[in-house]
Amino acid sequence: MSSPTFDQQAVPSQWTHRHLLDLERLTPDEIRLLLDTATLFKEATGGCRRKLAVLTGTTVVTLFFENSTRTKTSFALAARRLGADVVDFSASSSSLSKGESFIDTARNLEAMGIDAVVVRHGTPGTPHLLAQHLSVGVINAGDGPHEHPTQGLLDIFSIRERLGDLQGVTVGLVGDIAHSRTARSNLWGLVKLGARVIVCGPPTLVSDRWRELGVEVSHDLDAIVPRCDVLNLLRIQFERQNTRPFPSVREYAHLYAMTRERLKRAKKDLLILAPGPINRGVEVSAEVADCPQSLILDQVANGLAVRMGVLWLTCGPRAADAVPAAIPTRGGF
Amino acid sequence: MGTLLIRGGRVVDPSQGIDRVDDVLVRDGLVVSIGHAGTQPIGKADETIDATGLVVTPGLIDMHVHLREPGREEDETIESGTRAALAGGFTSVACIPNTEPPLDTQAAVEFVHQKAARADTCNVFVVACVSRNREGKELAEIGQLVEAGAVAFSDDGAPVYDAELMRRAFEYCRMFDKPILAHEEVLELSRGGVMHEGLVSLVLGLTGMPAAAEEVMIGRDIALSEVTGGRLHVMHVSTAGGVALIRAAKARGARISAEACPHHFTLTDDGLRGFDSNFKMSPPLRTAVDVEAIIAGIVDGTIDCIATDHAPHAREKKMLELDRAPFGILGLETAVGLAVTRLVATGRIGWPRLVEAMSTLPARILGLNRGTLRPGAVADITIIDPAVSWRVDVQQFRSRSINSPFHGWTLQGRAAFTIVGGRVKHRLDRG
Repeated sequence: MSSPTFDQQAVPSQWTHRHLLDLERLTPDEIRLLLDTATLFKEATGGCRRKLAVLTGTTVVTLFFENSTRTKTSFALAARRLGADVVDFSASSSSLSKGESFIDTARNLEAMGIDAVVVRHGTPGTPHLLAQHLSVGVINAGDGPHEHPTQGLLDIFSIRERLGDLQGVTVGLVGDIAHSRTARSNLWGLVKLGARVIVCGPPTLVSDRWRELGVEVSHDLDAIVPRCDVLNLLRIQFERQNTRPFPSVREYAHLYAMTRERLKRAKKDLLILAPGPINRGVEVSAEVADCPQSLILDQVANGLAVRMGVLWLTCGPRAADAVPAAIPTRGGF
Repeated sequence: MGTLLIRGGRVVDPSQGIDRVDDVLVRDGLVVSIGHAGTQPIGKADETIDATGLVVTPGLIDMHVHLREPGREEDETIESGTRAALAGGFTSVACIPNTEPPLDTQAAVEFVHQKAARADTCNVFVVACVSRNREGKELAEIGQLVEAGAVAFSDDGAPVYDAELMRRAFEYCRMFDKPILAHEEVLELSRGGVMHEGLVSLVLGLTGMPAAAEEVMIGRDIALSEVTGGRLHVMHVSTAGGVALIRAAKARGARISAEACPHHFTLTDDGLRGFDSNFKMSPPLRTAVDVEAIIAGIVDGTIDCIATDHAPHAREKKMLELDRAPFGILGLETAVGLAVTRLVATGRIGWPRLVEAMSTLPARILGLNRGTLRPGAVADITIIDPAVSWRVDVQQFRSRSINSPFHGWTLQGRAAFTIVGGRVKHRLDRG
């Protein structure tokens, strides 16, 4: 066990971003840095249980435009473990329902002297938009089906904790890839760290276009289960679908639920992840969710470590100063 | 009104097959002659413009402009929109009737004409609604609208969804020889969409609008046009498949014309990577393959003309989240620069084809007595500086809105003079 005090100099200084908006635009080294920082915090807090006073005097706002229990709680807890103050801004009770634009709302919060905004929104790119308009750090806690970088990081963190290195590891992302921000963040992080990624589900949820990014596409779970070292079972996002992309939940579960029968054909040390909330009986049967290979509860604990690391990097004393967001700038011809 | 002499410019007028350095003489608002290059003494006319090194063309016509008035004056007015048109080199615009209320009555058409006359800027020709109240249920009073001066019919902003109504509209408009300008979109396929459906939308997690949503409807309307003999003008073609459908229909002799917008031959869906709502329009920015197909369509004439789909939106509306921000992009003040930069300077088309696409053919499709410098024609003339390099600055726009993704771009080619009815209405400060 490491010492109870946290050596601030132990955190490497290559982090140059003001915000954490997505994993797509980070380099492999930056992703490793995020994971390493999370490891440091996990150790320094005795497994995320003790408090540190490294962000005392810092105020973090959670600005959630979509319902969330675990992500918001996890961020709030992570911030408090580091000594930061946390203010929850509930979007439904705010002036947003009175027609104020979300940028105006965020500007108001900024004027109150906060240091970082943790934002969740149903529309892709909304954190990026905030980052352009605000000078405080913006952390994306999920923007529609686009990305959920801390979820991707904590999934990868959990795998790395068990397997050491991601290089050459085969990870199957199964389910509603089309509507899953977790899938996208996992995909980018895993590919950048050298893992082999297979996306699996019906063609209505898993586009063949993913192949253009060097990802393997499969519509047959039974065919890929024996090859996978890790399976990440993604929730069906009924709320984001225009028309149902499969005939029935029953048929979906028959084809794509991870069951004990399918588990029998898997590698013995297969790891199973599922970003909550899970629909037991749809993506994963109850006995698989609770089996020894399941990292589902590790994921929740590691979420704290990852979020402490992210908060530290984006609003700690060594956070990059006013580095613009990684938005491509466009010139003329 | 007196005389105006435009000396020594490169006169490009496809309606007469003219492309030569020459003088244009205007008297009392009408073209008198093209000739006597350089021999006409300075001082002979009341006003002389030295057009050396400039391109002199029949006044440009944008046949797809949303002026927003009446109803959405916070976005644009007839006056501000037509001033933007003049600054962009357009002497005429055709305004699209999706205003509030929509332009579906004689009174509404008359309102636009009066407002335009009061603004005293460029010519405004009215496109009126195909359907009453733009609801797609029953035909508007097309005959009376024609009497009021409507030059074409469109429910743009939305497709005419009922196929039978569209068929009736084609049949009925035939009697007035008026085209139907069609927004082509199968709404079930594009529902909830923000951008083109492709690799970029997949990566960004944004709901896509597939190319098929446009192509399926183009196919329907081509079939209806062919079966009725009605005139179809396909608005803002954005896909390679759409270009192919139109090319094949024209080869069969169908009465079809088509337009493309500068943004569709310039930008791709990659522009959405910054989540900037200025890149959000309908139809959406497509892929590099589609951009190339649009350009090829302009080169071979499958796409008859260039129109901007100038769609102003007040800045607070565009500052919303991507799915709540409205579709639309400004076009009037960047069209010439984009067309010259993307099409002429790259050698894809010559000046005669550009002038045909931006003046001759829009006039022909809408049946306007414009788009020519024949002796006796109304002296609507655009003089373009083909070489000037300039930086787009939305703060300098005459439009009330600033929703242009081209802010900060450097473009080549810009209107130096815009002349309407023999009067110089816009003069570029070339300091």
